[in-house]
Amino acid sequence: MKDEVDTREDRVANLKGMGCSRKRVEDARFTQGKGNYVDDIKLDGMLFGDFVRSPYAHARIKSIDTAAALEVPGVLAVLTAADLEPLGLHWMPTLAGDKQMVLADGKVLFQGQEVAFVVAEDRYAAADGIELVEVEYEELPVIVNPFEALKSDVVLREDLMGEGGSLPDGAHGPRKHHNHIFTWDAGDKEPTEEVIANADVVATESMYYHRTHPCPLETCGCVASMDKVNGKLTLWGTFQAPHAIRTVVSLISGIEEHNIRVVSPDIGGGFGNKVGAYPGYVCSVVASIVTGKPVKWIEDRMDNLMTTAFARDYHMTGKISATKEGKITGLHCHVTADHGGFDACADPTKFPAGFMNICTGSYDIPTAYLEVDGVYTNKAPGGVSYRCSFRVTEAVYFIERMIEVLAIKLDMDAAELRRINFIKKEQFPYQAALGWEYDSGDYHTAWDKALKTVDYDGLRAEQAQRVEDFKAGKTRKLMGIGLSFFTEIVGAGPVKNCDILGLGMFDSCEIRIHPTGSAIARLGTISQGQGHATTFAQILASEIGLPADSITIEEGDTDTAPYGLGTYGSRSTPVAGAATAMAGRKIRAKAQMIAAYLLEVHDNDVEFDVDRFVVKGAPEKFKTMKEIAFAAYNQAIPGIEPGLEAVSYYDPPNMTYPFGAYVCVMDIDVDTGVPEIRRFYALDDCGTRINPMIIEGQVHGGLTEALAVALGQEIAYDDMGNCKTGTLMDFFLPTAWEVPNYETDYTVTPSPHHPIGAKGVGESPHVGGVPCFSNAVQDAFRPFGNTHTNMPHDHWRIWKTANELGLHG
Amino acid sequence: MSNKMHIKLNVNGKEEEFLAEPRELLIYTLRERLNITGPHIGCETSHCGACTVTIDGKSVKSCTMFAAQADGKSITTIEGLGGPDNLHPLQEAFKEHHGLQCGYCTPGMITRATKLLEENPNPTEEEIRFGMAGNICRCTGYQNIVKSIQAAAVEMNASKEAAE
Repeated sequence: MKDEVDTREDRVANLKGMGCSRKRVEDARFTQGKGNYVDDIKLDGMLFGDFVRSPYAHARIKSIDTAAALEVPGVLAVLTAADLEPLGLHWMPTLAGDKQMVLADGKVLFQGQEVAFVVAEDRYAAADGIELVEVEYEELPVIVNPFEALKSDVVLREDLMGEGGSLPDGAHGPRKHHNHIFTWDAGDKEPTEEVIANADVVATESMYYHRTHPCPLETCGCVASMDKVNGKLTLWGTFQAPHAIRTVVSLISGIEEHNIRVVSPDIGGGFGNKVGAYPGYVCSVVASIVTGKPVKWIEDRMDNLMTTAFARDYHMTGKISATKEGKITGLHCHVTADHGGFDACADPTKFPAGFMNICTGSYDIPTAYLEVDGVYTNKAPGGVSYRCSFRVTEAVYFIERMIEVLAIKLDMDAAELRRINFIKKEQFPYQAALGWEYDSGDYHTAWDKALKTVDYDGLRAEQAQRVEDFKAGKTRKLMGIGLSFFTEIVGAGPVKNCDILGLGMFDSCEIRIHPTGSAIARLGTISQGQGHATTFAQILASEIGLPADSITIEEGDTDTAPYGLGTYGSRSTPVAGAATAMAGRKIRAKAQMIAAYLLEVHDNDVEFDVDRFVVKGAPEKFKTMKEIAFAAYNQAIPGIEPGLEAVSYYDPPNMTYPFGAYVCVMDIDVDTGVPEIRRFYALDDCGTRINPMIIEGQVHGGLTEALAVALGQEIAYDDMGNCKTGTLMDFFLPTAWEVPNYETDYTVTPSPHHPIGAKGVGESPHVGGVPCFSNAVQDAFRPFGNTHTNMPHDHWRIWKTANELGLHG
Repeated sequence: MSNKMHIKLNVNGKEEEFLAEPRELLIYTLRERLNITGPHIGCETSHCGACTVTIDGKSVKSCTMFAAQADGKSITTIEGLGGPDNLHPLQEAFKEHHGLQCGYCTPGMITRATKLLEENPNPTEEEIRFGMAGNICRCTGYQNIVKSIQAAAVEMNASKEAAE
């Protein structure tokens, strides 16, 4: 028997379990053009829907005339708010407790807002119809600045006003002004103010984390098909959370949940863009019900950038206090958060500013206070987590800039300032001042490894020489050393404090072992490129002793997958990965009983070994998992049900806290403003590593999205509320030409509460990368008096900084 | 609209003949008329390259070319490069070196890379980065795409040598 000659090492390798760089099973179809994305779906008689969108950022709608559009050959229907109102679908709830117009109901609040939905036989006819829908607008004053919004008499959301101009509470408590959404705070206000008032040293800085967009290469879209004969609605779409979408569709449409099947097919990148529910989904469903035919809606790129899911847009003011020696004593942060026309932020219900309260970062800061004010403006709604857990990128950018600003104030080296303030290894689990309990960390080890690898002291010496050369007129290039040390908070999350629309943020895995020893596992998550079909099979292979190559992973079909809250906020590995391990352990527990029966020993006399159960002390007596699987289906075992299946719904006891140390070395041409990244070193600690190849790929990708955000990517508006960045001509997506090679490295500090110790990694490089790139730019100018300049550091802004510092002579 | 044009294309070696409006973009001809869904739509402004195909030996972004402009021409899409039994070395290399994640840019990326290696069988890293700059990937950060193309070049040159 082959098993007998294989060494234990061979048997481990044969599983392709956790820790190996297993090649991706997804790639065969993607490399051959056989992916199945939503726009590839083609159904008999399928129609195409598209929106008439508002050219104005704030206007009243006086009339909508659809007659001419309906004359266009191929146009079947034009839906407006008036058509949706009898169904109660002209507005829909947002994930943030607000409500949002599906189609403009009397007014529009941002440019590109959905006004009417034209349903036609194909895209061309729909476009022709859109041209002929006549909408008469009356322009209203536009507010694109949240500080002005809080002072303005102009009421953006009349629907939220009470009787006689009163101001009812919002979803997150009292509102201070008619354009104010909520105030949310964490920590201790007075003690923090007192510590800061009495501190040796206080550094203060205001920074704007600009509005940007996740911009996956595939835009959002769906196909809705109402089968009136069977009363079943099927909705295929770009959903990062298909089960949540099913529940939302049921709640707002009244169709019972068992009659709705939501399917996420292959998704062409998400990065947070595909978490929310958008008017296109609702209109497609209604149009399918009205016409009795399947209806497809696919955003074009301009729709995508202008209307679905912006990220960031946080105006942050910080105060950080320290002793003369640099020990941080207190941190104060205030945020004015621009949420646009509707509050559609995708955050757990109790966290209207996400996990911004992770903003004490990796440092042992005894006293802190955070206050966030959400504000309405005439900009698109959204506020999603763009490749990060909820608002964590903002939080980490804030603290990593404040550390640099404090270092300048103290005239200290920023790496040393970090080192003396890190939470120490022995302090974990660490209770942070703003409420979170960090699970595990070893920051000093990671930091020392990073600084040693890049020869930090050597870099600083080189930089000092460069400054001298620059002053002596020998070079026009400055050198910046960007540092960042980040702690993420991912894996939302414990049901006790994390829910979305009342749905607890657990996740799930269901496993069926087939008689011949292969398996299928289904999860409540959905891959958008992360390679779940590869990595979840690796977790299972290690847990149940069947080769990963014999395990199919399936996600995204709500008729077959167990309920879960989906994939975003790096929650798949921390939550669904845990569910997978736990379900695997249930399989193993039953397998142990079967093995003991087959080997005619007591259950406790067998133990699991790689791919089999062996009799303790008699390794020659064993049953492989493959044999056990077959026995589960062909033996009548007393007291044990036939079959080998398990399901686990996992409610994590805590978040996970991945961390990392990044260093960027950059040359900056002060005359052109062009930054050149000479070196980027990224050390990530994501706990147990499931697939190093995929981890490195995630790090490369996340860093590149960080480079984009830090060095040029933004959603910008003019004073009229016109979005100036609606195409890829204006919205920066780096190409291979702008992107450097990255050096990746790691330490491993497992999560103590996660079944396999994994913490998640997909978003770490973005979270840690943005401040690292930004700090590199800012550090280059530090010797010339720069304290802080806002991102994005595009060529023009870098040139401007150089100019303002008098470096152009 | 009745002003349809008579268009003939050779797509992946197969003759196609149909009537289409002058405004029909080639990407829709491929995806919706011919059910060739490998090439994708990412921007419709020629920036992202997800729709890249090869037309008469040149890389073309099919989202900004009318089907009528391709009349009489030969088109190769990802589907024409290789299948399960005869993968193109680039298809193999992208799998081997983790040159893709969500897969949405991949067909355009690989199609473009075939032309790059045809024009320059021994590209430097810089030449690969420059030659691929018309194709955007949001997932990989390009590092493994570059690696995949380098590996494919080595493989293709080796088999060319072996054949000679």
